[in-house]
Amino acid sequence: MTQTTTNTQPTPVAVKSPIAFLRSHMREYGILFALIAIMAFFQVATGGILLKPVNLTNLILQNSYIIIMAIGMLLVIVAGHIDLSVGSVMGFVGALAAVMIVNWGVPYFIAGLLCLVAGAIIGMAQGFWVAYFRIPSFIVTLAGMLVFKGLTLWLLAGQSVGPFPKQFQLIASGFIPDLLGGADLNLFSLLIGVLVATLILVLAIRNRTEAAKSGSIEEPFSFFAAKNGLIFIALVYMSYLMADFRGLPNVFIVMALLIAVYSFVTSRTTIGRRIYAIGGNEKAAMLSGINSQKLTFLTFANMGVLAALAGLVFAARLNTATPKAGAGFELDVIAAVFIGGASMSGGVGTVVGAVIGAFIMGVMNNGMSILGIGIDWQQCIKGLVLLAAVIFDVMNKKKG
Amino acid sequence: MSVILEMRAITKEFPGVKALDQVSLSVEEGEIHALVGENGAGKSTLMKVLSGVYPHGSYTGDIVYDGQIKAFRGISDSEADGIIIIHQELALVPLLSVAENIFLGNERASKGIIDWRETNRRAAELLARVGLKEHPETLVDTLGLGKQQLIEIAKALSKNVRLLILDEPTSSLNETDSQKLLDLLLEFKARGITSILISHKLNEISRVADTITVIRDGSAVSRLDCREGISEDRIIRDMVGRSLDDRYPARDPKIQAETAMEVRNWCVTHPLHNDRQVVKNVSFHVKKGEVLGIAGLMGAGRTELAMSLFGRSYGQNISGTALINGEEVNLSTVRRAINAGLAYATEDRKTYGLVLDETIRRNVPLADLEGVANGVIVDRTKEADVANLYRKRLNIKSSSIEQETVNLSGGNQQKVVLSKWLFADPDVLILDEPTRGIDVGAKFEIYTVIRDLAASGKAIIVISSELPELLGITDRLYVMNEGRFVGEMPTAEASQEKIMATIIRSGDRT
Repeated sequence: MTQTTTNTQPTPVAVKSPIAFLRSHMREYGILFALIAIMAFFQVATGGILLKPVNLTNLILQNSYIIIMAIGMLLVIVAGHIDLSVGSVMGFVGALAAVMIVNWGVPYFIAGLLCLVAGAIIGMAQGFWVAYFRIPSFIVTLAGMLVFKGLTLWLLAGQSVGPFPKQFQLIASGFIPDLLGGADLNLFSLLIGVLVATLILVLAIRNRTEAAKSGSIEEPFSFFAAKNGLIFIALVYMSYLMADFRGLPNVFIVMALLIAVYSFVTSRTTIGRRIYAIGGNEKAAMLSGINSQKLTFLTFANMGVLAALAGLVFAARLNTATPKAGAGFELDVIAAVFIGGASMSGGVGTVVGAVIGAFIMGVMNNGMSILGIGIDWQQCIKGLVLLAAVIFDVMNKKKG
Repeated sequence: MSVILEMRAITKEFPGVKALDQVSLSVEEGEIHALVGENGAGKSTLMKVLSGVYPHGSYTGDIVYDGQIKAFRGISDSEADGIIIIHQELALVPLLSVAENIFLGNERASKGIIDWRETNRRAAELLARVGLKEHPETLVDTLGLGKQQLIEIAKALSKNVRLLILDEPTSSLNETDSQKLLDLLLEFKARGITSILISHKLNEISRVADTITVIRDGSAVSRLDCREGISEDRIIRDMVGRSLDDRYPARDPKIQAETAMEVRNWCVTHPLHNDRQVVKNVSFHVKKGEVLGIAGLMGAGRTELAMSLFGRSYGQNISGTALINGEEVNLSTVRRAINAGLAYATEDRKTYGLVLDETIRRNVPLADLEGVANGVIVDRTKEADVANLYRKRLNIKSSSIEQETVNLSGGNQQKVVLSKWLFADPDVLILDEPTRGIDVGAKFEIYTVIRDLAASGKAIIVISSELPELLGITDRLYVMNEGRFVGEMPTAEASQEKIMATIIRSGDRT
């Protein structure tokens, strides 16, 4: 054990030895290691195809809507609930967009906005029953799932509607322009990647110095350096790869912004803290003056908006709205959140964890498809990975 | 008498902690053996070793039961030998009947088909043995805690118990039910059943126990024979390793003339039964700098009164007025109550007080997150400073503020709950059973905090079922019975007898 910190005021926390630290934080690092291991495995198994620029870009486009919804689902699950309706809501909003834009000729920008509002209303309608009437969320959203599946069919009259105008498609298939005019490489994209990576590094260092001031550092320096070094290199390398193809996709920017904003909201704001508190112990939170009903309601409203956004991205990507869109997606989203370390009983989980969970699912889908593994075995393997991840979590918690 | 159980040099280690270090325990057949020690001393761990919760091989040392070395691999092994443990948290299924609970896992059945006649008949017999007149088909959740405890004992009897282990059986029982339970133990003793009693209540122990083993920091420090007459002070000295001259901090009341809070004609109806009034026309006041006690039996309506005041967290059809610092206040939500200067630390800290999976740092500011935030953004430095401050001030024993509260001992959890409310800085603080299930050392620390707070001009209301505690720390007392305030007295003039008499007399009147 080593002693740290120079500040004398608060009782300093002894920085743990790297091994002891790793043992007590296995849950957080476990999934990151798992993602790296899975990526390494498929990179080798596919003969280097996995990290080819074009495939990496594809990987992100394919999983963007899952990741967007996983962020919202993380909040719902942390608050101690579940939302089974997101797949249907996503399909419904896609259909709504198609009907408005293609059939009625509503300008795509206004239609998009109206779709997000519709998502919010759907989320509120479900959250209302969960929050204020204490109807179990499983039931309310199971009902929602059936209702919106039905409404999608009705709205599209059982047909596919499309195609969308060019500009609308750009949401999902566009790339940010290269303002720097690079020839083979999208320099602007690379620059953004490097800037973001640097920003994350600077923030991490600032957090650590802040924590040092209050004497609450637990993470050994070697870990801190290794983790953040790795993240920096990974981000720069990824943006280099994407810059080598067509640059950063528009969706990627949207996603990155959402991850950043929601990470901040969950970890640093009073509202985030309170959501964790109601998920951890609702009665104690209520007796501490926290309005759990309002927060639960807002959490579902937020989920509705993000499901609507995912619906728009998905419709734009397929360039058509089909009655089957979104079917079963709720399961992928929920799986991602649980693989990412959230707890079924609420109060535990992180946005970054959920995103990593979504990437684990995404890389496995993608890698197994490249390897030519059939959809049958893909499903089996994904199921077992979900089970393994949660067993790992539970065992770890028992040990600690 | 012969020795029924001998535990020899038991050592049990958890990663990084030696929970038991060469503990020896010897229990004679047919005696009541008390196991005492502060929370975290290792009493429950020792009993878990004995009952096979920690299986053979996970500890070192020998368990000799009935002259044989035993290697229990699980509870079913120890139960087969007649060793039955009743845990502090009752393990009854609330929506099953009394009879079903008694024979749970041990059903009266042949070939998997339950014989209900036999089940109910046997259950009725067992209930009679523990002095209950309930019908065997009554659902458990309609019964009070005292009766539920007795049902646990009936369940133990159904398994042909020879050695009964009770972990803090009276911690949530009122005086009458506790007496009943202790009488039952004495009756069992007369029939040759051996008991091991874990308890914090020294008066109970000196009443029923034959021998006492004191455990401190994972070692057995002394074995006392009660038949020779042991003073409570001697037990306490062995428990804490030092002599507590006084179990309560010195009192130096600085009661101010101004009234901090006044409540007039407060009425509350049961949340489910419209016709049952739980709090009936209660009026009271508390002055700044005063520690006010509310005495009463379990079920008198004290917690209901406190929770209904605190943001209407209990009951319906609440009426009456409340004034804080002379102004009428709106206490209709918890947030409003907190803003009005009221705080309520609950009797059940695990269910209502703490977010157990979160750290000390995150629990302390929970009632006033704005206090550590700039706008909506939490200032983590400030948050850590606040947590560190209270950790130091209340002497919360923990590795750091990053420790999850689930891993703290009861006394330290209670200190975290107190920290939370101290940080919210209320004018009036209601403490409901502030020392329930807490060891002697931590109790003294909490009493000191209460006195300090009063000295700083806060008004404190203490609800407690332990009369000595109320007599030890309060300045003035109200006595509550069946939803009414039936008496008021300065603590200096109060005694346990006087309070009980007030309760009993008020019961006669109705």
